[in-house]
Amino acid sequence: MQMIRVGAVEEFEDRSKRVVTVGNAEIGVFRLGDDFHAWRNVCPHQGGPVCQGRLYPLVRENLDDQMKSHGRLYDEDKLNIVCPWHGLEFDIRTGKHPGTSELALDPVTVQVEAGDIYVLL
Amino acid sequence: MDADITKAEDHPVQSIDTHTDTRDYLAHSRRDAERKGYVDWLIVDVDAHHVESVSWAEVTEYIEDPVVRHQATMYQKERVGAPPYGLNGDLGLRYQDVGGRIPHQSSQREKVEETDVHRDVVLTRRAMHGLAVNYMVLFPTPMLFLGMHPQTEMEVFLCQAYNRWLTERILPGEPGIVTLVVLPFNTPDEALKMVEQHADNPNVIGFCVTSTRYKPVHANEYMKLYRAIEESGKPIAFHAGYHWQDPSLATCNTFLGMHSLGFTWCNIVHMTNWILNGIPERFPKLKTLWVESGLAWVPFLMQRLDDQYLMRQSEAPLLKKMPSDYMRENCWYTCQPMEKSNMRALECTFEMINAESQLLYSSDWPHFDFDTPSVIHDLPFLNEQSKRNILGLNAAKIFGLNPKGPKAG
Repeated sequence: MQMIRVGAVEEFEDRSKRVVTVGNAEIGVFRLGDDFHAWRNVCPHQGGPVCQGRLYPLVRENLDDQMKSHGRLYDEDKLNIVCPWHGLEFDIRTGKHPGTSELALDPVTVQVEAGDIYVLL
Repeated sequence: MDADITKAEDHPVQSIDTHTDTRDYLAHSRRDAERKGYVDWLIVDVDAHHVESVSWAEVTEYIEDPVVRHQATMYQKERVGAPPYGLNGDLGLRYQDVGGRIPHQSSQREKVEETDVHRDVVLTRRAMHGLAVNYMVLFPTPMLFLGMHPQTEMEVFLCQAYNRWLTERILPGEPGIVTLVVLPFNTPDEALKMVEQHADNPNVIGFCVTSTRYKPVHANEYMKLYRAIEESGKPIAFHAGYHWQDPSLATCNTFLGMHSLGFTWCNIVHMTNWILNGIPERFPKLKTLWVESGLAWVPFLMQRLDDQYLMRQSEAPLLKKMPSDYMRENCWYTCQPMEKSNMRALECTFEMINAESQLLYSSDWPHFDFDTPSVIHDLPFLNEQSKRNILGLNAAKIFGLNPKGPKAG
């Protein structure tokens, strides 16, 4: 097990990310509130650089109680990383694709110690 | 914790956007080719695109008609708030980038410092490097809608200008860049002239019909054109597209739905007319290539036409075998966007179309549903020879390309 320092907590703004390399490995580290999450920078769809993509809130359909649609809304509580190759979205917290259980990001253990962020490989 | 502490390095490309160099964009694809070992294989990308409208002021200089050329020049110089001169299509409804999620679909604003060749040559070279391809067949983008142009003569003017610009300004810049000349198919006599004009150009490896159009492919006025293409020894390709104003597709409220159907529907219609009217029997050496409709539509149409044909053979008397036989033996297909969600269905599709000889790799770069060569390389049910055939050798055979690559003797 290798413990790799990514940076200081204070270097990360809320809802931000940093993509780092460790040898041949590429890892995206994300901050959401006080939580940090890390994922391999490889999209399970076609191997794209998923963590180098843009961040978008999850989109929801705006249905009323009669099941009529009133368009779509952003759910600001759910933030997705979007692979820039083909647009596949993955929840920053869970790594899961919002539309299928078949696709998920490859997790990397992340740890905060004494104000510093580490990933474990 | 018993661990060694080291420091991670920041990745040099933190976020990919419209300014990212294509080589950085496709770095993972290049790395896959090197790690998986197909970087040295012959790979022919039978369908990639450039955005010709970026160079539209240059293209319109090649319009032959002096009055139209002057109109175009003035328009390009002075008109504001309008799409490029003469181009039709739903120019404001191009939602392919999913609201900015897929930046390379929107724009390639990367730095190009080379001045010895056209910018499009540089961008194409970078994509060829990233995808590890030896040949890239270049198609236009907004011009794919020209078959729906209200002025049929404008399709002629613009195809003629684009083909000259492409063959004179772009293709000579890089031996691996080749093309299928885009035909003004709504005017068959002019399409025939264009075939005659370009048939001997080695960088023109075939002829392209943009499939979004309502003119039936079996109309008698096309027979001279098909004869000429057959005699050229080069294939005719039907490149799919969409048409959101089509009455049935206009019921789709999402680009997702419209695009999923539109890119298959046009080729389903053309293939049906092509086969049932016996065009493969009339021109047995004419090779047809069906581009950018994916593959899942093919088994559907094979089964559907076979089923109905047996009951109504008298309506298709030129046929000497089942429709699916023609679709398997006389037609070739590009793979992208290859539907992969059901691997058993995909394997069955490969068997039904005899993919080992009839399937050609295509990326569709830089569009949002592009495929890297790994989509073929990673298939679990193919042996290495089949993968090599699909990724390059089949294309080399039907297009007469050097199987050692453009720069090898």
